[in-house]
Amino acid sequence: MFFIKLILRNLLRQKLRTGLTILGIMVAVIAFCLLTTVVNSWYAGVDAAVAKRLVTRNAISLAFSMPLSYLNRIRQVDGVQAVTYANWFGGIYINEKNFFPQFAVDAESYFDITTYYRLSAEQKKAFLLDRQGAVAGRKLAEQYGWKIGDVIPLRGTIYPGNWSFVLRGIYHGAEKSTDESTFFFHWQNLNETLKKRNDSRIDQIGVFVMDINHAERAAEISHHIDATFKNSLAETLTETEKAFQLSFVAMVEAIVVAIQVVSFVVIVIIMAVMANTMAMNVREREREYATMRALGFGGGYIGALILGESVILSLSAGVLGVWATLPLVDLIGEKLVSFFPIFLLSQATVLKAFAAALVVGVVAAVFPLASVLRHRVGDGLRSMG
Amino acid sequence: MSAIVEIVNLGKYYRRGEQIVPVLNDINLSIREGEFIGLMGPSGSGKSTLLNLIAGIDRPDSGSLRVGGIDIAGLSESELADWRAEHVGFIFQFYNLMPVLTALENVELPLLLTDLTRRQRREHAELVLDLVGLHDRSGHFPHQLSGGQQQRVAIARALVTDPTLIVADEPTGDLDRKSAEEVLELLERLNQEIGKTIIMVTHDQRAAAKAHQIRHLDKGVLSEDQPFLPDV
Ligand SMILES: Nc1ncnc2c1ncn2[C@@H]1O[C@H](COP(=O)(O)OP(=O)(O)O)[C@@H](O)[C@H]1O
Ligand SMILES: [Mg+2]
Repeated sequence: MFFIKLILRNLLRQKLRTGLTILGIMVAVIAFCLLTTVVNSWYAGVDAAVAKRLVTRNAISLAFSMPLSYLNRIRQVDGVQAVTYANWFGGIYINEKNFFPQFAVDAESYFDITTYYRLSAEQKKAFLLDRQGAVAGRKLAEQYGWKIGDVIPLRGTIYPGNWSFVLRGIYHGAEKSTDESTFFFHWQNLNETLKKRNDSRIDQIGVFVMDINHAERAAEISHHIDATFKNSLAETLTETEKAFQLSFVAMVEAIVVAIQVVSFVVIVIIMAVMANTMAMNVREREREYATMRALGFGGGYIGALILGESVILSLSAGVLGVWATLPLVDLIGEKLVSFFPIFLLSQATVLKAFAAALVVGVVAAVFPLASVLRHRVGDGLRSMG
Repeated sequence: MSAIVEIVNLGKYYRRGEQIVPVLNDINLSIREGEFIGLMGPSGSGKSTLLNLIAGIDRPDSGSLRVGGIDIAGLSESELADWRAEHVGFIFQFYNLMPVLTALENVELPLLLTDLTRRQRREHAELVLDLVGLHDRSGHFPHQLSGGQQQRVAIARALVTDPTLIVADEPTGDLDRKSAEEVLELLERLNQEIGKTIIMVTHDQRAAAKAHQIRHLDKGVLSEDQPFLPDV
């Protein structure tokens, strides 16, 4: 179409300016997408939370434990279908830089409840049969080059001493967004070792995780569980898995807010860059627009030309930016798996980036356009005349 | 023949801060259909202002202005734009072609405001480009053409919608003598062969010699010159 042709040719008039503007917007879009993905990565646990799942912990804080004897009493609460439990281990693999979450779990029940961790029947059996056995996520195993049968040493921090485990299984996430970088071993192994060492922390549990029959009953069942242990030595706090995960994000909330502010600032900066480009483009063509208006082209046509140019520029830069982000996200997800176990560019982030590009394009066009239309045609023709 | 432009007691002033600067005072002018009129006068005398008023890109402050029987001062901004597209062909001193459009596309541009099909637009534009002797340059961009050729493209653009009136503001002002001659001959032919009404502002005596009638403007007042060539 004639008008599209005119817009595209106008865009290509100042190739350097157009190129630099596109580059600027691309960089901003990349920054925006990566920052948003960082925030999303922190919320991944929240998003993955299952509605029909509750988590019970010590009411004081996660650092405090609960007696194993609670297991049976929780099981008997009406509405609870299955219960498992886990302890945070917090060991160090070779050196402090190699951080990944480690849990001592009840092997029998843990993988039955956490169905989003896929472990082959064969590997699961091997794990169950070996008290020293362990299971690692696919990404984690890939990162350290672990294979089945490898011995994995961990230096305990909460539970001091040198621990070693034999890798019996590698689990896969049920979905792309499932965490694949956690390490599990037998809670019984932990407990027996503590017994041998005469450690006071035997038969203690960090969290109980349970499935309930109806998501709508979560509040009622939570209340019931906590009431059961009221006035005991370890009072409990039961909440949905989502709320439990959110409490972790809350710890980094200030950072999340800071990142969101930075993302917003990035958009504002790029708006200024775009507005400057469009203002220069339009100012240089003042006489051309005046000529078109003299020929009878109304404000709508001139508006379509300027707005079209601006939006095509910003949107194409947005598309290029997202396209350039894809390999970066993969790279970061791979290299920084211990910081961001789930680092995926979500559809929502892409749509947000496009929406931001669109808004930037429209806003950048508005002021130059208004200035063209405010000027009288005669004055525009006279300029440089 | 009927008057195509009728101007009675027309006045125009500009506001410069607090000050009101009169540019045109009490202008009376009547231009008949098929006429070729030259407007002369010193720089700043208001020639362009008068031409812009007649062409409907500016509005008078007093008096009446009728073109083709229509009181154009009474039209709204968008009605006026439509009116210009239909009735006025513009020729400027600096050609004012779109630099990113080829000669043919520049000529085609005003036809976007008509309901001709793409094909018809092409055909019309080619025909008119042929008429100004530039059909072998149809794919050239303005910067690939000489000044004279650019002005001929501009004339083709002014002509392509078959307007009632052609207004030319110093059309030879930026051209060498030979190109100026060609452009003037072209305008003369349009007037004589197709009967186009032409109003031309010029500094150039030779240009003025092509006109039927010359009017002088000085400090916003139009002189009562006699026709340059008496009507036959
Ligand atoms: N937009 C404007 N604002 C103020 N003064 C103007 C404006 N346009 C033209 N003028 C003044 O009006 C006078 C006539 O201008 P113009 O019609 O361009 O003269 P000419 O074409 O005869 O050289 C000049 O003094 C010019 O400075
Ligand atoms: Mg002038």
